[in-house]
Amino acid sequence: MADPATPEPKGPSRLLHDRRWRAVIAQAAAFALVAALLACAGLNMARNLERAGIASGFGFLDQVAGFEISQTLIEYSRASTYARAFWVGLLNTLAVSAVCIAASTVLGFLLGLLRLSPNWLAARLAGVYVEVVRNVPLLLQILFWYIAVLNPLPPPRQALDLGGVAYLCNRGLVLPWPQWERGGLAVGLALAAGLALAWGFAAWARRRRVRTGRSLPVWRLGALLAALPPALAWALADARVEWSIPALSGFNFRGGGTVEPEFIALALALTLYTAGFIAENVRAGIQAVPRGQIEAAASLGLRPWRVMRLVVVPQAMRVIIPPLTSQHMTLVKNSSLAVVIGYPDLMSVFAGTTLNQTGQAVEIIAITMLVYLAVSIVISLIMNWYNDAMALKGR
Amino acid sequence: MPRTPSEDTPAISIRHLHKWYGAFHVLRDVNLTVARGEKVVVCGPSGSGKSTLIRCINRLEEHQKGTIVVDGIELTDNLKRIDRIRREVGMLFQDFNLFPHLTVLENCILAPVWVRRVPEKEAVQTAMHYLERVRIPDQADKYPGQLSGGQQQRVAIARCLCMNPRVMLFDEPTSALDPEMIKEVLDVMVDLAQTGMTMVCVTHEMGFARTVADRVVFMDGGEIIEENEPEAFFAAPQTARAREFLGQILSHGQQAAGA
Ligand SMILES: Nc1ncnc2c1ncn2[C@@H]1O[C@H](COP(=O)(O)OP(=O)(O)O)[C@@H](O)[C@H]1O
Ligand SMILES: [Mg+2]
Repeated sequence: MADPATPEPKGPSRLLHDRRWRAVIAQAAAFALVAALLACAGLNMARNLERAGIASGFGFLDQVAGFEISQTLIEYSRASTYARAFWVGLLNTLAVSAVCIAASTVLGFLLGLLRLSPNWLAARLAGVYVEVVRNVPLLLQILFWYIAVLNPLPPPRQALDLGGVAYLCNRGLVLPWPQWERGGLAVGLALAAGLALAWGFAAWARRRRVRTGRSLPVWRLGALLAALPPALAWALADARVEWSIPALSGFNFRGGGTVEPEFIALALALTLYTAGFIAENVRAGIQAVPRGQIEAAASLGLRPWRVMRLVVVPQAMRVIIPPLTSQHMTLVKNSSLAVVIGYPDLMSVFAGTTLNQTGQAVEIIAITMLVYLAVSIVISLIMNWYNDAMALKGR
Repeated sequence: MPRTPSEDTPAISIRHLHKWYGAFHVLRDVNLTVARGEKVVVCGPSGSGKSTLIRCINRLEEHQKGTIVVDGIELTDNLKRIDRIRREVGMLFQDFNLFPHLTVLENCILAPVWVRRVPEKEAVQTAMHYLERVRIPDQADKYPGQLSGGQQQRVAIARCLCMNPRVMLFDEPTSALDPEMIKEVLDVMVDLAQTGMTMVCVTHEMGFARTVADRVVFMDGGEIIEENEPEAFFAAPQTARAREFLGQILSHGQQAAGA
């Protein structure tokens, strides 16, 4: 076996030249290095905290927060705990992220398709939009929407009247808000069930269309199906609701619900900014589908939008999804820029105010980092699952 | 023009066709009539406009002058007419263009279901029938990426046939194939010719032209230079350009025929 001209080295040096052993040794070395660094940092930190007299641990979460938060999706007052403040911030982050992910994805797809449209003007306008939005810093865009657009809005007394029930003014968008005496939960759940039912029905009707060639008035029947469960729940639960209608009283509106200007500005900026990037991903994805695919589909008699939906988009999705995932994750992280206009997101409430008041920097930063990490992981799991479903077989 | 496709209206009638790509004059006064059931082979050197010509017939390319009438319908900007013509005209491409995200069977039923609104069950039956005719019913549930080139091209033929077209256009259907796969595709095409399908076929497979074609059309520089029955065309080309072209093809084709 051994070549007499180059004898196998003996001893430990033999392991260093074996491909498999080398990999193991490299892994072990990297692990040891990371462990040493972490241990060093941990020891150093513990010593510093001790010297500064800061208690460590998560006990502070049960203490009274003592500060107000301007927008809360759940019950909160200055008497609530820091833990409660954490949840308020997290929910605000999730709310603005969810709205913006949905809106920017839809808008991004539209813009991406528009950029490729044969309509010269539409394509150019979409192109200009994408270039402008991608090349202006997001922070500037948030400030732009907040200061330049929402600030000049009139005070409540001169509010823009939207049909006599809703108003737009410098306090935000004031809307009628339902106040349930009873049955609110039942009707809400029934509405969700109705929407799910309608969605399932639409999917079934499409399969039936494909199977039998006969179509149904999907929109009308679907609307009926969606409306039926809440109506039933309403009757059964004998629901009582008072609509709180906003009315001007003194210098401000009484009643109704308010979507604050900070939310509107942040949501607009994040949506419009991210949509520009998504549009580029969509365009690249669609252009990656070979022309021959479109020609083959057209030559079979498929109409252009069917070609798009049945042939081009399903193939483009493979190319679109990975960058789309990272756009969604970036959006969630970018929502932390909320801090500049005072939208009370996780970053501003927890890693801002709470940290300043308690000084528990290590715990708070760790929790905040873990939360953003968890959100990113959830997004990427969902997208990976979707991507696997779209993957091409046999390639 | 009302559609009255009686038996003696030609399947395809092309009159004084001109096409430009920008300033480049690709098709110059092309006239071609294809009768029902007729098989026409189009040949000529690369870049002579063969693909462009047959792609005009189903409006993958737009012409600027002249008329094209397919199955009694004149091809204009009217989308309804374009739709009707595309439904009746099947096309085969050099690189197959199967839809990679769909199985073989799904490739075959896509257009019948979405264009002709055929019930899925019926479309599946039709598809299996044609997959048997192209001799790959056992591959129905595979994806195109799992098939050889020859198999893919045969699926593409079945996919066209599922739309029950009156005319089939072929753009060099075997030139992307390995030599051993060319025969399996040509055999299917010969079968198809025997069913009475109207076929316009761009190909340099002279053996196929000899056995199947009623007429050979020779193009060069965007013009039809010569038109004749296959035997006469191959035995005694009338023009110098055709002679030169055949000389090149045959010296190469002899080797291919031997393989
Ligand atoms: N989309 C296009 N734009 C500009 N020129 C083209 C285009 N498609 C083809 N051509 C040119 O038109 C001529 C004819 O092309 P084609 O019909 O593909 O020839 P063939 O199929 O006979 O090889 C060639 O010179 C080619 O370069
Ligand atoms: Mg060609």
